[in-house]
Amino acid sequence: MTALLEIKGLHAEIAGGRKIIQGLDLTVNKGEIHAIMGPNGAGKSTLSYVLAGKPGYEVTAGEVYLNGEDLLAMGPNERAAKGVFLAFQYPLEIPGVATLTFLRAAFNAQRKARGEAELSSPDLIKRVREIAKTLNIDADMLKRPLNVGFSGGEKKRNETLQMALLQPQLCVLDETDSGLDIDALKVVANGVNALRSAERGMLVITHYQRLLDYIVPDIVHVFAAGRVVRTGGKELARELEATGYAQYQNEAA
Amino acid sequence: MGAPIRKTKAEMGLADLYQNARRSLPGGEEISAVRDSAFDRFNAVGLPHRRVEAWRYTDLRGRMKEAKRLASLPDDAAKTKAREADDLFAGAGFRRLMIVDGTFVAELSDLADLEAGLTITPMAEALVSDQPLLSQRLGPVVPDDDPALALNTALAGNGAVICVSPGTILARPIHVSFVTTNWVATSMFTRSLVNIGSGASATIVETHQGPDGSEYQVNTAMQLVVGDEARIDHVKVTREGDGALHIATVLANIGARATFNQLGFVAGGVLVRNQMFVRLAGEGTTVDIRGASLLRGSQHADTTLAIEHSAANCQSRETFKAVVADTAQAVFQGKITVSPGAQKTDAKMMCRALLLSDEAEADSKPELEIFADDVQCGHGTTTGAIDEELRFYLMARGIPEKDADALLIQAFVGEVIEGAANESIRSALTDAMLGWLGQRE
Repeated sequence: MTALLEIKGLHAEIAGGRKIIQGLDLTVNKGEIHAIMGPNGAGKSTLSYVLAGKPGYEVTAGEVYLNGEDLLAMGPNERAAKGVFLAFQYPLEIPGVATLTFLRAAFNAQRKARGEAELSSPDLIKRVREIAKTLNIDADMLKRPLNVGFSGGEKKRNETLQMALLQPQLCVLDETDSGLDIDALKVVANGVNALRSAERGMLVITHYQRLLDYIVPDIVHVFAAGRVVRTGGKELARELEATGYAQYQNEAA
Repeated sequence: MGAPIRKTKAEMGLADLYQNARRSLPGGEEISAVRDSAFDRFNAVGLPHRRVEAWRYTDLRGRMKEAKRLASLPDDAAKTKAREADDLFAGAGFRRLMIVDGTFVAELSDLADLEAGLTITPMAEALVSDQPLLSQRLGPVVPDDDPALALNTALAGNGAVICVSPGTILARPIHVSFVTTNWVATSMFTRSLVNIGSGASATIVETHQGPDGSEYQVNTAMQLVVGDEARIDHVKVTREGDGALHIATVLANIGARATFNQLGFVAGGVLVRNQMFVRLAGEGTTVDIRGASLLRGSQHADTTLAIEHSAANCQSRETFKAVVADTAQAVFQGKITVSPGAQKTDAKMMCRALLLSDEAEADSKPELEIFADDVQCGHGTTTGAIDEELRFYLMARGIPEKDADALLIQAFVGEVIEGAANESIRSALTDAMLGWLGQRE
């Protein structure tokens, strides 16, 4: 069976030549949730940007495949249409673009790219409202400009809404717990858990173990100095909470 | 600045134009005297150039190579073209007045069932009858020394005179449509006057359009006289042909406790100058002025605003946006003057440019001149490219780059279009913006 995501010998640097990812191997199969934990500066967010195709992040070696297709050859929008979704650590505010307009543009652009029929506005609105309800997002928020003036919790719920609407195959959650109080965290985690499926894989990137109490992973990787230095089951997260990352940082250096 | 030593071909052409036309231009003795004196003022300084501070970014003297002959009265073919011309506000139910090749054409204008309190007269007729109101207004208006306006005063042939009597609330917007039909380049000088009586309210939309590939020349002026407690919503859309020279002046005198909303939209013409002189003459008035310019190719569009707070307790907001592609150039000059007695003035001006290419240019010159000590005034300017982070966010959701950029441009311009109170106007301007975006490769 072809892996959902296969990363082989990945090296990546940011503009200016600073090497961030240095020899990463990682395989995510359908139905699996992988957590990537590590200290600040380990390259966790860089990994999420490299997977999503952000300009300014250069892959210098290695390969990345999504369902056997060369992900690195695709532009960000093509990756999205193929099923990659990055839930941003800091979702951007776009004044002048209503949330619903944005959702419609994204949803139909992906459909179009896949050769599927676009969804009519009433059908799309109905679908968005249903999802919004489960995330405690009120209809008024959908009319507001995208993320403008949203609280940290609202922004993350909005990311979860987009993920639920777009039904990606690979969800990359970048520090989804940052800026969330415990109630907001529960709402977001419930939204994410509702998307757990045998057809979908997730990469949950986090500094803290707290998030993994709510989104329980199958596999935990410790990421330090741009590569995976240890892999284990969900109990590894608890161990890290107790011991910290110091030992791995020394090991990586 | 002084008079140029040598007259340019265009300046000599304009002098010929005036000498040949002055006897046949509408108006009696009094108007003729106003015209002569205006032409003398123009002739003394000539066409404005870079050393004239108010025109420093728009070298009209250098760029206007010759003066085109005055457009002749529209014949049947011209009227047919005008009738069939694309109408941005078609279906909106506005009362449309047609100014074809500089001439008010009554038979193409919707003059039926005028609301009580509304009168509409062709400017040429109003001038012939020497209405004292007009001769006074045609003479020493706000900027006495602007050469482009002086030229307009000298040569103005026709236009619309719209009077709304005190207390009259016009629900139906009036659309003054200026259409150039002739592909052979000519020049048109139009002058319009809108008088809104105390407590009255009206929406006036003017649009300017013409054929691509013709170097026609438009010099148009719109004078707005707004009474106390009155309200006017004025929208000016410049969608001239791609070879056109378009110079427009808006003169506004606003009374006390009045509301003035002005919105400018530019997406056409090769050289465009929109200048506005706004005086807040009475206390407690609210002014909102917004503008958007969408430029590409080698277009040059200059928006120059002089707003004078002459009375206390007034608020003004000025918001200007320019989207500049290719080698186009956008200019914004904004000057807020607060007179000594205009205490508690609250004025804020913002100008933003979005550059879509490395060769695109935006120049902005905001100025504040404050002679009162208890005021809040501010201005800001930004110039930049499309935000790559925002573009990536949209693309990461599956939106292709071109569509992502279009969305961001729409959002950028949206703040200006949202300023229109009328839904049909917002939707027509949104369509015009989408049309412009659709034409980018």
